[in-house]
Amino acid sequence: MTWTSLDTGIVAVASVSAMACALIGSFLVLRRMSMMGDAISHAVLPGIAAAFLVTLSRDTAVILAGAALAGVLTAAFTQLIHQAGNVDRGAAMGVVFTTMFAVGLILIVRSADSVHIDVHTVFYGAVELAPLNDVAVAGIRLPRALLILGPVFAADVAFVLLLYKELNLTSFDGEFARAIGFNARLIHYALMVMVAVTIVAAFESVGSILVIAMLIVPGVVAGLFTRRLWSLLLFGQAVALVCAAGGHLSAISVPRWLGLSDTSTAGMMAVVAGVVVGVALVAAPERGLAARVLHRIRVAVGVGREDLLVELLRGEERGSPGASGRELVSEETSRIAGRSTRFDRTVALLAERMRGRVRRGADGYRLTAAGRRLATELLRSHRLWESYLFAEGDTAVGEVHFAAHQLEHVTSAGMRADLARGAGATDPHGRPIPEAPPADLGARPPADR
Amino acid sequence: MSYLPSWEQVLRVLLLSDFNTRVVVVGVALLGMAAGIVGTFTLLRKRALVSDAVSHATLPGIAAAWLVMVALGGTGKWFPGLLLGAAAGGLIAVGAVLTLRSVLRLHEDAALGVVLSVSFGIGIALLGLIQQMRRGSAAGLDSFIYGKTASMLSADALLIAVISLILVAAAVLLFKELSLLCFDAPYAATQGFPVALLDALMLALVVAVTVIGLQAVGLILIVALLITPAAAARFWTHDLRAMTVLAALIGAAGGFIGAGLSALVPRLPAGAVIVVTTSAGFVISVLFGTRRGLLRVLVERHRGDRRIRREHLLRALFEQLEGQLGAMPGVRELAATPVRREQLARRRGWSRAELASALRGARRQGWLRPESAARQDLRLSAAGAEQALQVVRNHRLWELYLIRYADVATSRVDRGADRIEHVLGPELVAELEEQLDRQRDRAAVAASPHELASTALPLAAVTAGARARRARPS
Repeated sequence: MTWTSLDTGIVAVASVSAMACALIGSFLVLRRMSMMGDAISHAVLPGIAAAFLVTLSRDTAVILAGAALAGVLTAAFTQLIHQAGNVDRGAAMGVVFTTMFAVGLILIVRSADSVHIDVHTVFYGAVELAPLNDVAVAGIRLPRALLILGPVFAADVAFVLLLYKELNLTSFDGEFARAIGFNARLIHYALMVMVAVTIVAAFESVGSILVIAMLIVPGVVAGLFTRRLWSLLLFGQAVALVCAAGGHLSAISVPRWLGLSDTSTAGMMAVVAGVVVGVALVAAPERGLAARVLHRIRVAVGVGREDLLVELLRGEERGSPGASGRELVSEETSRIAGRSTRFDRTVALLAERMRGRVRRGADGYRLTAAGRRLATELLRSHRLWESYLFAEGDTAVGEVHFAAHQLEHVTSAGMRADLARGAGATDPHGRPIPEAPPADLGARPPADR
Repeated sequence: MSYLPSWEQVLRVLLLSDFNTRVVVVGVALLGMAAGIVGTFTLLRKRALVSDAVSHATLPGIAAAWLVMVALGGTGKWFPGLLLGAAAGGLIAVGAVLTLRSVLRLHEDAALGVVLSVSFGIGIALLGLIQQMRRGSAAGLDSFIYGKTASMLSADALLIAVISLILVAAAVLLFKELSLLCFDAPYAATQGFPVALLDALMLALVVAVTVIGLQAVGLILIVALLITPAAAARFWTHDLRAMTVLAALIGAAGGFIGAGLSALVPRLPAGAVIVVTTSAGFVISVLFGTRRGLLRVLVERHRGDRRIRREHLLRALFEQLEGQLGAMPGVRELAATPVRREQLARRRGWSRAELASALRGARRQGWLRPESAARQDLRLSAAGAEQALQVVRNHRLWELYLIRYADVATSRVDRGADRIEHVLGPELVAELEEQLDRQRDRAAVAASPHELASTALPLAAVTAGARARRARPS
């Protein structure tokens, strides 16, 4: 695989179109109208065809105007059908864009002699060919596509900068924006015009699939990582760049592993976009799979640590000298202790040793003074809850343990004091409720995790 | 340029005398029927655009199926094999949408958009690879994108027809469960229906329709068959059963006419024609639908306007008579006293034409004495006087309510009451009476809580006010 100036040109064209789409598309995602991108990208077809047929010119400005008109019409018709017929917005969109696309298709096929629109190119795009059609600007040969995409991207940036406050407000809280007097409808249609213009400018070079992918994916991914609008937009630009460069790189490299030459750059850009979504699915903070697993483990280990201390204290009550590590992390204890696994328990034991709450002696693991203080608080919570549930909660003696076992982990000192007010000296099983340990300002109360 | 088909040709298609045309047209009509029925449920479940993601995702499925078949030594042209691949792609897309929604908590539209674009991109990339491969025959794979009804084999059409019938049967058998799912899923769950399973089943039906429709209309436009007939049917009825039947009929008609047209006229892309025909049905429904059609809405609005104007006329008459007869006039006094036309016009700020239209309406209702029609002096009939009492009573009750409970200034209350009085039902009036501790005697009309515009008010001032009122968007 060799990288030529042609490849640089392809990546440049792909990047600019991807960034333009990402910038304007993020607002579609925020406004929960992602599918409007799909709808408009299909619906501009009759606009392009009609612009051709009426003016018989291939002038870019004419085509952009036709497409923008078609885009606004799509938005307007969707709104009309949605409101007049009380039809679901998605369905209204579906009716409008399929009809317009079908009309466009018929127009193009019927007048194939006069209209030279390659429907194929509209869909797959021909970003690979973009650098071949170049013009000299100030002595530098630039792909002609950049001369269209560049100004459109600049217009998008200007649009966002000029209307940043308005877009921000109407995207996040349209009702509030209307209430304080913003013309939300005007902003909506202005956005639709920008979407349509951007789509068509990008269409010519990268095709419609990529346009849809770049309108939606960057905004979606960025939204998983950040909640501020400006950082969301910048993050989206980064995703667009990754998709453009990664897409072309994989389009010319991956097929070689299979003994073929290359494949569609636009297609592979969408595939890379899919990979980015996959990465986000795993790595996104809060909602990603990794974050969820980590959170689960943190909770399970935290509970396991406390259970461990209480078990050692119970052992002391029974008079056992200490517990072996095997006992503490055995399947059986983890099952009794609740949902923590052996892994959680092993980590928990290690953590408590490192914190100096558990010490390994000749007879096995024993509590240190700090560990005993915490364990006593926990056991006190447990038995106070048992008493309370039995006396006030009308729970059978056989069942109070399980409920108390969960509640002990979330009981604060204040709550313990409340519970203690109505409790006797023993729990319903007849075991003594330990006295509160003397306050230790250095120790962290267990329940305030 | 194109030529118009001769009458014999039209007849041949209409009567389905040509075998291949017959199979294709009937097959597509059945497809439209199945799509209409399945689409009704997805529309009501607010999942209409799922079919868009599903249809785009069939492309990588088809390409992958081709690759597998070629790897196994075939040509990759075996139709059922490609359809199975398409179905697998569609099902994976549904799974991906559900995963993105539940794990990343994306909104439905974002999840659909991501799945749609990424899967179509994968499909295009795979097609790019396939086109360079020496083995197998890749020709015609991308005909799935736009469909190729015209060159459809009768065997393919037969397959489409049979599967469509099976889908229709499945939807009919599951009608109760699916309708419950669409209208009240939580209730269905409490009744012990497996909601998740039913949802999955519904989406599986969508995948099935999409897959068999690929060849006929293409993957971009099959969405239309799943959405448009159902959306059109919604303008005619609220009844689910009727809506389903209607959607099936519209879908079938769209398929029949569309496929027939494209068989008659050269250079018409069949899929697009089928969609445009169905959309024509939609436009007709939007205009003339008996439930929500625009025409009906306009007629109803016009009727409402006329009723309101009639009621305003009665109130103007009453207020005029009140000025002449003193407070609380009875039915007999009201009917006995004439009112001059221009006094009325002045009171409401009506033009001559507006007054004439209001009078015509009132006369048709029998509220005016027939002989007062052409005269300058108008006289209420007994029924009209009765009605006038009622109308004024509603107006003043509402004014009192606004003053007492809504803190509206006495001088502004007339306008507020004007807007709402016409839609007060008898129950609401009763409730108002109770709240305002009015006596229940029907004939009693309290005096107006504010100064009535005196007849001495210059005409210009009144009409200017009315004009300003009309100019302000409500």
